[in-house]
Amino acid sequence: MRCVTNAEGMLSADGVLGGNPLFYFIYSAVGHVAPCWLSYLIAGLVIMLILINAVLLGAAVVSWGERRLLGRFQNRVGPNRWGPFGAFQPIADLTKLVTKEDIIPYGADKLAFTAVPVIMVAAVLLGTAVLPFAKDVALVDLNVGVLFVLAVSSLTSIAIFTAGWASNNRYALFGAGRAVAVLLSYEVPVVLSLLGVVIVAGSMSLGDIVHAQTVPFFLVQPLAFFVFIAGMSAELNRTPFDVAEAESEIIAGYHTEYSGIKFALIQAAEFGGVLVVSGLIATLFLAGWAGPVADWLGWLWFLIKVFIGIFLFVWIRSTYPRLRLDQIMAVCWKFLMPLSIINLVAVVLEVFFLRDASGSLSTADLWIMTAINMVVAGGSILFFGRFIREKVRTEEPSANPPSQVVPGVPTIGMG
Amino acid sequence: MLDDYFGQYGLIAIFLVISIVVPCSMLLASHGLSRFGIRPARPNAVKHDTYECGVQTIGGTWNRFQFRYYMFAILFVIFDVEVVFLYPWATKFLTLELFALIEMAVFVGILLLAWAYAWRKRDLEWQG
Repeated sequence: MRCVTNAEGMLSADGVLGGNPLFYFIYSAVGHVAPCWLSYLIAGLVIMLILINAVLLGAAVVSWGERRLLGRFQNRVGPNRWGPFGAFQPIADLTKLVTKEDIIPYGADKLAFTAVPVIMVAAVLLGTAVLPFAKDVALVDLNVGVLFVLAVSSLTSIAIFTAGWASNNRYALFGAGRAVAVLLSYEVPVVLSLLGVVIVAGSMSLGDIVHAQTVPFFLVQPLAFFVFIAGMSAELNRTPFDVAEAESEIIAGYHTEYSGIKFALIQAAEFGGVLVVSGLIATLFLAGWAGPVADWLGWLWFLIKVFIGIFLFVWIRSTYPRLRLDQIMAVCWKFLMPLSIINLVAVVLEVFFLRDASGSLSTADLWIMTAINMVVAGGSILFFGRFIREKVRTEEPSANPPSQVVPGVPTIGMG
Repeated sequence: MLDDYFGQYGLIAIFLVISIVVPCSMLLASHGLSRFGIRPARPNAVKHDTYECGVQTIGGTWNRFQFRYYMFAILFVIFDVEVVFLYPWATKFLTLELFALIEMAVFVGILLLAWAYAWRKRDLEWQG
């Protein structure tokens, strides 16, 4: 391990963690007695502790917040019994689930059945490894950060299919088949939409992408933002794309047979997934830790943006009804797919003509791109929206609708 | 450079191990609760039967799949391979010349033709 020091004996910016202040702090505390790699390792372990707690406790907070918000959206109260505003509800839920009997059906493949919750939670946790959650603080700022996140998040589809297959249950298998079809399809527009972000930032490292956002990318590339949110709702199996666990059709989909602690882990992975994806949205499109004032408050700006993302997901869930599977496929391949290609072409052309000789974009260039892309986004959403519109046969309304009142039957509440 | 490489992926490897150990330990802790009688463990044939809305499952549950899944899997593979080529190009695009732009336009254009063909052939419809 290499620690680069400058003339005053301080670490310079090209140290291993690339300017991570936590590493500097630990190095200044123990660096003169311990080898350099030890302070690097300690800093890493501290960040791992933060990340794991953030995801698992955050999942509890998200599950509570989502139920409260859904309650408000649906004009009811939501959980409010246990603790202030029902805030201890997740604890009660967890206690109940942990003390429930753990049932593995006789026909199930025990090893694969048990491995699924572990894989799902591990995939969600790993996704946080490259997220810069405060100024230049990430576990590792990989130079292939975007690819790493995409790769790790697609582990979930393997876990879901394993769950459906190992459960030895038809409904679970149906749910798993649907889930894999949806996950695979939506992977394509999501990945294509992120190309625009990578092109403008000129790097796949999430830290560099945040630094490149002098104008937040949800303004510069509204199409990519739209496609990413829609695609990620599908990847998280959330409404309007939640056919994989459509409770009115196939019980609970791939986790039909799961109960007790395993069900709790799957739920934790789902809510943690919402958290991680919101973190991704914050990093890639809402300028991550960058805030109006005070860079040392980066974690606060990041947290606010994450909660904006979560609120967006809950809002989408409470607003849109579930789509049918064929509609979901149509939305993916005939709507989001061309939109992401259009975004790619538009960004490539703009970057090609706006960049200066050294290959960099100024803030003014980004604002010009914003203006053009807003128009492109509006136009192409209107244009491609035609392809997913369903042909609905409407009955001709008759001039005098027949009376619904059956003679002899008393009408209730009609005065 | 190589130091950074091993340093970064070493941390990821440690994180991978920890993120597998954490859910495993939760499973074990819950299993431990059943030793102390806090968590019940009373298996019986009905409880451990395959759940199918109260009726017994008939026949094998590992069904065959419809062909349309295969169609979408092929489309996915095509476009994901495309992405593998697109990402390195996109990362360096800020400094690339006109030639790279035209080259990638041809590459993506061919794939878009294939996609339009699939659309025309109604392979993007979800029907059996």
